[in-house]
Amino acid sequence: MLKQIEGSHAMAEGIALCRPEVICAYPITPQTHIVERLGEMVRTGELKNCEFINVESEFTALSVAIGASAAGARAYTATASQGLLFMAEAVYNAAGLGLPVVMTIGNRAIGAPINIWNDHSDAMSMSDAGWMQLFAETNQEAVDLHIQAFRLAEELSMPTMVCVDGFILTHAVERVDVPEQAEVDDYLPAYEPVQVLDPNDPISIGAMVGPDAFTEVRFLQHYKQTLALRLISEFAGEFKKQFGRDSGGLLRTYKIDDAEVLVVAMGSVNGTIKDTIDEMRADGIRIGLVTLVAFRPFPVEALRKVLVGPKHVVVIEKSLAVGMGGQLALHVDLALRNVAGAPQVHSVVAGLGGRPITRPSLHRLFRRALVQPWEGTHFLDLNEEVIAKELHYVRKVRRSGPTAENLLRRLRTGAQKPAAD
Amino acid sequence: MTNGTTSAAIQKLHFYQKGTFTVGNRLVSEADRSVQASIDRSNALTCGHRACQGCGEALGARYALDAALRAAGGNLIAVNATGCLEVFTTPYPETSWQIPWIHSLFGNAAAVATGVAAAMRVKGRPEIRVVAQGGDGGTTDIGFGCLSGMFERNDDVLYICYDNEAYMNTGVQRSSATPPAARTATTPAVGPQPGNVFGTGKSVPKIAVAHGIPFVATATVADLHDLERKVVKAMGIHGARYLHIHVPCPLGWGSASQDTIRLAQLAVECGMFPVFEAEHGVVTGRRKIRRRVPVEDYLKPQRRFAHLFTTEEGRKCISQLQAMADRNIAEYRLFDWEGDVE
Amino acid sequence: MKRPFAISLDVGTSLANLTGSWRTSRPVYVDRLPPCNNACPAGENIQSWLYHAESGDYETAWRTLSIDNPMPAVMGRVCYHPCENVCSRSQLDEAVGINSVERFLGDVAIRNGWRFAPPQADTGKRVLVVGAGPSGLSAAYHLRRKGHAVEIREAGPFTGGMMRFGIPKYRLPRDVLEAEINRIIDLGVVMKLNTKIDHVVDSMQAGRFDAAFLAVGAHIGKRAYIPAGSAAKVLDAVALLRSMEGEDKPLLGRRVVVYGGGNTAIDAARTARRLGATEAIIIYRRTRDRMPAHDFEVEEALQEGIMMKWLSTIKRMDEGVLTVEKMQLDEKGFPQPTGEFEMLETDSLVLALGQDVDMSLLDGVPGLKIKDGVVQVDSNMMTGYAGIFAGGDMVPSERTVTVAVGHGKKAARHIDAWLRGAIYTPSEKHELASIEKLNTWYYADAPKTVRPMLEVARRQSTFEEVQGGLDETNALYEARRCLSCGNCFECDNCYGVCPDNAVIKLGPGQRFRFNYDYCKGCGVCAQECPCGAIAMVSEEI
Repeated sequence: MLKQIEGSHAMAEGIALCRPEVICAYPITPQTHIVERLGEMVRTGELKNCEFINVESEFTALSVAIGASAAGARAYTATASQGLLFMAEAVYNAAGLGLPVVMTIGNRAIGAPINIWNDHSDAMSMSDAGWMQLFAETNQEAVDLHIQAFRLAEELSMPTMVCVDGFILTHAVERVDVPEQAEVDDYLPAYEPVQVLDPNDPISIGAMVGPDAFTEVRFLQHYKQTLALRLISEFAGEFKKQFGRDSGGLLRTYKIDDAEVLVVAMGSVNGTIKDTIDEMRADGIRIGLVTLVAFRPFPVEALRKVLVGPKHVVVIEKSLAVGMGGQLALHVDLALRNVAGAPQVHSVVAGLGGRPITRPSLHRLFRRALVQPWEGTHFLDLNEEVIAKELHYVRKVRRSGPTAENLLRRLRTGAQKPAAD
Repeated sequence: MTNGTTSAAIQKLHFYQKGTFTVGNRLVSEADRSVQASIDRSNALTCGHRACQGCGEALGARYALDAALRAAGGNLIAVNATGCLEVFTTPYPETSWQIPWIHSLFGNAAAVATGVAAAMRVKGRPEIRVVAQGGDGGTTDIGFGCLSGMFERNDDVLYICYDNEAYMNTGVQRSSATPPAARTATTPAVGPQPGNVFGTGKSVPKIAVAHGIPFVATATVADLHDLERKVVKAMGIHGARYLHIHVPCPLGWGSASQDTIRLAQLAVECGMFPVFEAEHGVVTGRRKIRRRVPVEDYLKPQRRFAHLFTTEEGRKCISQLQAMADRNIAEYRLFDWEGDVE
Repeated sequence: MKRPFAISLDVGTSLANLTGSWRTSRPVYVDRLPPCNNACPAGENIQSWLYHAESGDYETAWRTLSIDNPMPAVMGRVCYHPCENVCSRSQLDEAVGINSVERFLGDVAIRNGWRFAPPQADTGKRVLVVGAGPSGLSAAYHLRRKGHAVEIREAGPFTGGMMRFGIPKYRLPRDVLEAEINRIIDLGVVMKLNTKIDHVVDSMQAGRFDAAFLAVGAHIGKRAYIPAGSAAKVLDAVALLRSMEGEDKPLLGRRVVVYGGGNTAIDAARTARRLGATEAIIIYRRTRDRMPAHDFEVEEALQEGIMMKWLSTIKRMDEGVLTVEKMQLDEKGFPQPTGEFEMLETDSLVLALGQDVDMSLLDGVPGLKIKDGVVQVDSNMMTGYAGIFAGGDMVPSERTVTVAVGHGKKAARHIDAWLRGAIYTPSEKHELASIEKLNTWYYADAPKTVRPMLEVARRQSTFEEVQGGLDETNALYEARRCLSCGNCFECDNCYGVCPDNAVIKLGPGQRFRFNYDYCKGCGVCAQECPCGAIAMVSEEI
């Protein structure tokens, strides 16, 4: 059913269609509207046969989901940013135990400095925890990915994160086609756990595993994710058959056939990039886009297939590995490892902490890739003047104070040194 | 048989000469015997586990879970925090558990149990009961947030803390359940104030009572009947329940392996470990001291307190510990003074 | 179900891990000797019969008891119960009332008419028992149960010996005595009364006896030289007590003095009181704490109005007047005369100064040794004449009914062996289960049951039994006070307290077994065994 609806609410309704049995809620912006709406649906009876539990922390939220999942219930929770870090131990644990929890990440920056706006630092911080991670481009895809995520997670007995950009998706009111229950029921079978806490067939789950078997346990996790590379495409295909639209998959391409520059990105920014590409194509620049949906498992083969050919690849990402650079760019490098005639990869960090990624900035950036390709990491729209002043000040004054506050004052006053001095 | 008042008085004592405090008693009916006395008891925790010799926690866990298992008619799921109990029972490729059991993390046993209970409810299997268990570290420290949340939501979980008063699994470090003056690896018996610091630590049983949950009790491995009665009582209630079992640790306490039960007994008899129960925030029962002893009797067999017996300062510490015990005794009315008729 | 690899495990798989290899010492079940058993002159297995009694199985209890002692109802009345003096329970609250439970069992057995099992087979051997007192009856019982033909010859007209002639009815009703004696006779023991033996070797040959047990007791009252006027009435206590069995009751008068400090003196004084004496005075040359009589008997006598004169000796008896000299104790505690005299009005004087043995039947038996008026026997109870054994008051020992019964049993074992040409070797005594071997925590407080006592007024005028028995309820209660020192009573403690489930419960009456595959040797079971029935022994490593 087509609805003008806030992204969070659309996702909530899509999640409800998956018949989750245990939902754990703990507030953190920007995912709150999802669980609020789910809670409301449980209260009103729109979502039946579901335990909605208000917990006291994200760590507990995922822990409750772990217990519920191990006991055979379809379990769901959502979080973001600090919350994801606070539950980090449980994130690894759910994956290690092979429990198919589905969790929405309302992507948000990680402090300090504290920041509630969107970037991908949170999801990237947990990318090696053993979860599958799918990034939504639109609210429609956000809804659809949750339905696919439950199927994928339960098929492989491996938890899955659906990553949706905070505010940009969660708080945007757009037209979304919320599927019918019967269709979802056809697509998503009931949860059939591979192991379950059952007095009639007792087992011990969560053994201590030493050097004799730990590597094998880890290998099997890794192996399952390689299986997911096939299943993600397969389930996206079935989804299309059932619902009639393209959603999910490992990656999507846009105008790549003759491109000499390819952009690689994840999440909602792809919309802006496509608009920019359309405008540049109108100017005769052969540029195309690869939208990554799956970050875990990372689709090395699929990516290599589409990236080999053009001369330049620009990787735009909303995350930064401090001291290293762009993480996604590094992953793209991996896809091109040992490939003859591989394109040059240019890394761009953009949109950190919710900074808008504008079409004019993208225009400048993409043109530069053609005429003045760069090595290292480029920071889009970095205020170099402020940086220079701060660096100068820090060099002069030992007790220079907190950088974030210094920058804010400079931006506000243009003063040479912080006003507080 | 005679009748009348004498007979009634005798009847009261009828089986009490032998077996009041023993595990079994051939003179009472099967139904009135302890679960542990049963020839076909479940042994939820079976042989071959790797607990140290004389482990109080292994004993307490089997006592509690066998009783819970019987009370639940076999429908029991256990959630375990990281710690000795987890490590010594489930090193790959062997487990000592005979019931469905899950270990997730150190600090989340209460929360995982909440999830299991929620699953049982949603699956329409409310007869399957959930027990969470952990050591004092996993309960009073790192797992405390989850525990408190489970309490305040009144989730249908019986949480059992096996309190051996320090982080034994990691090599005997101080926890918030470590008694003052005790030597641990992080409160060494050196310097002007050797051992754990006075005025620190917390009583999680008391905090549990403050949550107003349906049932809170303390127990020890020295009084099986009291422990089993409390487990059975707890299992008869739905909602959040807390059982705090004092389990001596020969390794961490520096005591002889055969003294495990004796020490648990002395801890109660000197007043250091009050055994009581509470319902909905109100203390409703206490286990009276039977043969009161000075705290020295309890401290002396433990090397973690050995430094108290060698110096004048140590003697003062013993007085302080005695004062703590006396406060417990007064607070919970653990001792019948002459003329104190209840 | 196919489990996920390594992180999930099949339940109970740790059974493959045999933790018994950690052990440096191992627990073993032992039976230690309970102090009561150790102290019982009759060698009763008290702990064992209490074990049955406390489950209400009185018949098994009685049968267990009577393996060692055929007269529980008598014992439960007259035994001075040294078992209770050493009972470990006395260190908790009060000794178990072993004697009262024994009496209860004896009485129940009489009431229900329980009989002894007859001997399995006759051996064809014949044993002569001389004397139908406790020792002779005991020997006859044990010998008969071993299949020997036994004949008792008793010089007097009644069975029972000192149980009848030395113990007043108010302590041992005669119907009880006779019931227990008859039960022994019913085993097929030939009882010949009024048959005095003059020469035992001749009698043995004449009767084709293969062995003899002599148990004629000590019935001759000792006399002391007391100058007495012609009309003074002086008699000995044994004669007095014996005459109580006849038709004619002795006439003692209103003021009776008993001279002596033993139990017989007390019995005589209390008998005198019941015969109508308004004053019954015991004169003893030392102090109360040195009196050989048992304290409870002294106490009961005092309750009945018997008066005591300590530190006094009788110098002279004239008609109606007694001259008494006061004594004082010297540094060594011996009484010394003071030269202070007092006169005491009295109608008769009863001498209770001990008894001698009538040795006349031993005349002409070669090899026999007699010393200090008693027959010497070796450690097998045999006299210097092969095949002739002796016991009871006629051999050197404490003169109590229980000791006599014990002699009978011991002699019977040696006679039995001797008849088979063997030597009886008693099994080695187990280590004593002293109180420090117990963990008394596990026994709840349970004070001793006090047996009802006849009111004093009736005790002063009648020969009704003074001390009542227990009823079933309190007998059961009392039996259950037993700590079962040194012997497993299946309390399940070891089974319950093992942190490694390494104790196997074998079922009712079967006790337990250690599972050394898993026992880590922590020793908690031994420490927590209430009755000290587990020992820790080092592993040989």
